[in-house]
Amino acid sequence: MSRGGGGPGPAGREADLRIAPSPHIRSPDSTPRIMWTVVATLVPVVAAAVWFFGVAALLVTGAATFGAVATEWAFDGRDAVSDGSGVITGVLLGLTLPAGIPLWMAALGGAFGMGFGKLIFGGLGQNVFNPALLGRAFLQASFPTAITTWPAVEAGRATFYQSNLALPFLQAPEMDAATAATPLGLMKFEGETTELWRLLLGNTGGSLGETAGLVILICGGYLALRNYLDWRIPVSIFATVAALSGVLHLIDPAAYPGPLFMIFSGGLILGAVYMATDMVTSPVTAAGAWLFGIGIGVITVLVRLWGGLPEGIMYAILFMNALVPFLDRVTLPAPFGAGAGGAAGGGSG
Amino acid sequence: MENLAYVFFSAALINNFVLAYFVGLCPFFGVSNRVSTAIRMGGAVVFVMTLTSLAVSFLNAYVLPAAPYLRLISYIVVIASLVQIVEITIKKVSPTLFRQLGVFLPLITTNCAILYLALFQHARGYDFLEGLFFALGAGAGFTLALFLMASLRERAELADVPSAARSMGLAMIIAASLSMAFMGFAGLFSS
Repeated sequence: MSRGGGGPGPAGREADLRIAPSPHIRSPDSTPRIMWTVVATLVPVVAAAVWFFGVAALLVTGAATFGAVATEWAFDGRDAVSDGSGVITGVLLGLTLPAGIPLWMAALGGAFGMGFGKLIFGGLGQNVFNPALLGRAFLQASFPTAITTWPAVEAGRATFYQSNLALPFLQAPEMDAATAATPLGLMKFEGETTELWRLLLGNTGGSLGETAGLVILICGGYLALRNYLDWRIPVSIFATVAALSGVLHLIDPAAYPGPLFMIFSGGLILGAVYMATDMVTSPVTAAGAWLFGIGIGVITVLVRLWGGLPEGIMYAILFMNALVPFLDRVTLPAPFGAGAGGAAGGGSG
Repeated sequence: MENLAYVFFSAALINNFVLAYFVGLCPFFGVSNRVSTAIRMGGAVVFVMTLTSLAVSFLNAYVLPAAPYLRLISYIVVIASLVQIVEITIKKVSPTLFRQLGVFLPLITTNCAILYLALFQHARGYDFLEGLFFALGAGAGFTLALFLMASLRERAELADVPSAARSMGLAMIIAASLSMAFMGFAGLFSS
């Protein structure tokens, strides 16, 4: 744009006046940029999974991503794929699966989550449930055995499992590796707790992405610093789980595990950092985000301690996803100047 | 007391009539367009269910021991006449609510959720008080399901849904997703 004529006349000033509709401040953070940054922060998490579970981790994550991206490409075309959100769905789904799961199941879960969790609502930004978790809930309902068979972490880097290659519907997936119970399963069914350092470093049985808590926290912290995720959601989830389980632990230390175990075991960290903070399926208001996180924390503790399943974070997030439109409505901030007194603060939910 | 709380939450969340037993789907899909209507419908269902529970307790205690073969028929007749009374009352008291509920209020009568409530209450041997909490829980669970469904459908109305899945198709998908989310409550407090 030319800076007007030469001299300091009125004409020069007029050219400096640009009239345009808002927004006037442009942010470099476009949707693809945010999404691909999230994908980049998932790379260390996947790498940790490969370190613990061998190359099978990469295959499972790849299959889930393939399922999600292929479905998105088939129905919404290439532009929809290029924003990177489908890759996030696939990788996150892969991280919630055990290493020994047949690859076709992982791909089917990705396709289901993408198709029925996102595309049927009209694509990015319009879905109401987290697509990756919906895919996992579908797999959990359809193949309850395959999705809860956890290989032990002692396997070498190059392992993959015979069961990875099972054919669809023809072969029952036979586990050929040593299996290991997850820390939550041990706690629930055998009353045994796992040492904290093993939980932190990820040297336990479990899904691909639920073992390396420390790596996920670091990656999530980076995203929170960049403001790519709402820090209120993971903070309120952790605080709620810690408070509830802390009180219960004080009441009866033998029956209820301590707060640190509750936070660092299972998929809580992965769910709280990467799944609950999905921009589309979490509340937009700050008060809504707090309530959302508290609800997830309460339901997770409820299901873990008194439910039939060892882990509840997935169902907690899906349930609270369904409440998001309600939370957004009740925490709607009052417009500036609205209300007679003006001093009454609006958005306390 | 603990038992009553379990009966309530079991009927409301764990064995939610709509999302776990898949009964009462007709009003679930029919009246879940608007949150305000959904809540009123839920209120009507809670009311009818409570009445049903009382009637069933009465029938079980005084009528059916003498004539057990009349169980289904007497349940249906008593519930239908009760709902008829409710309908006449609502029509008189609140014509607006009557018009909003439309055909669905009489449909509550033939709603399988109501008959399910009566049959379950008998099959599980609930006494008067347990039956009452069962009915309240089932009604609350129905209202919760209807409310969640309506608020999600209101949001999805603004979405750019593919033409193949408009309105009812998408409602089915949302209902299935909700049902999967409720699977997490399975087995809660049972141990």
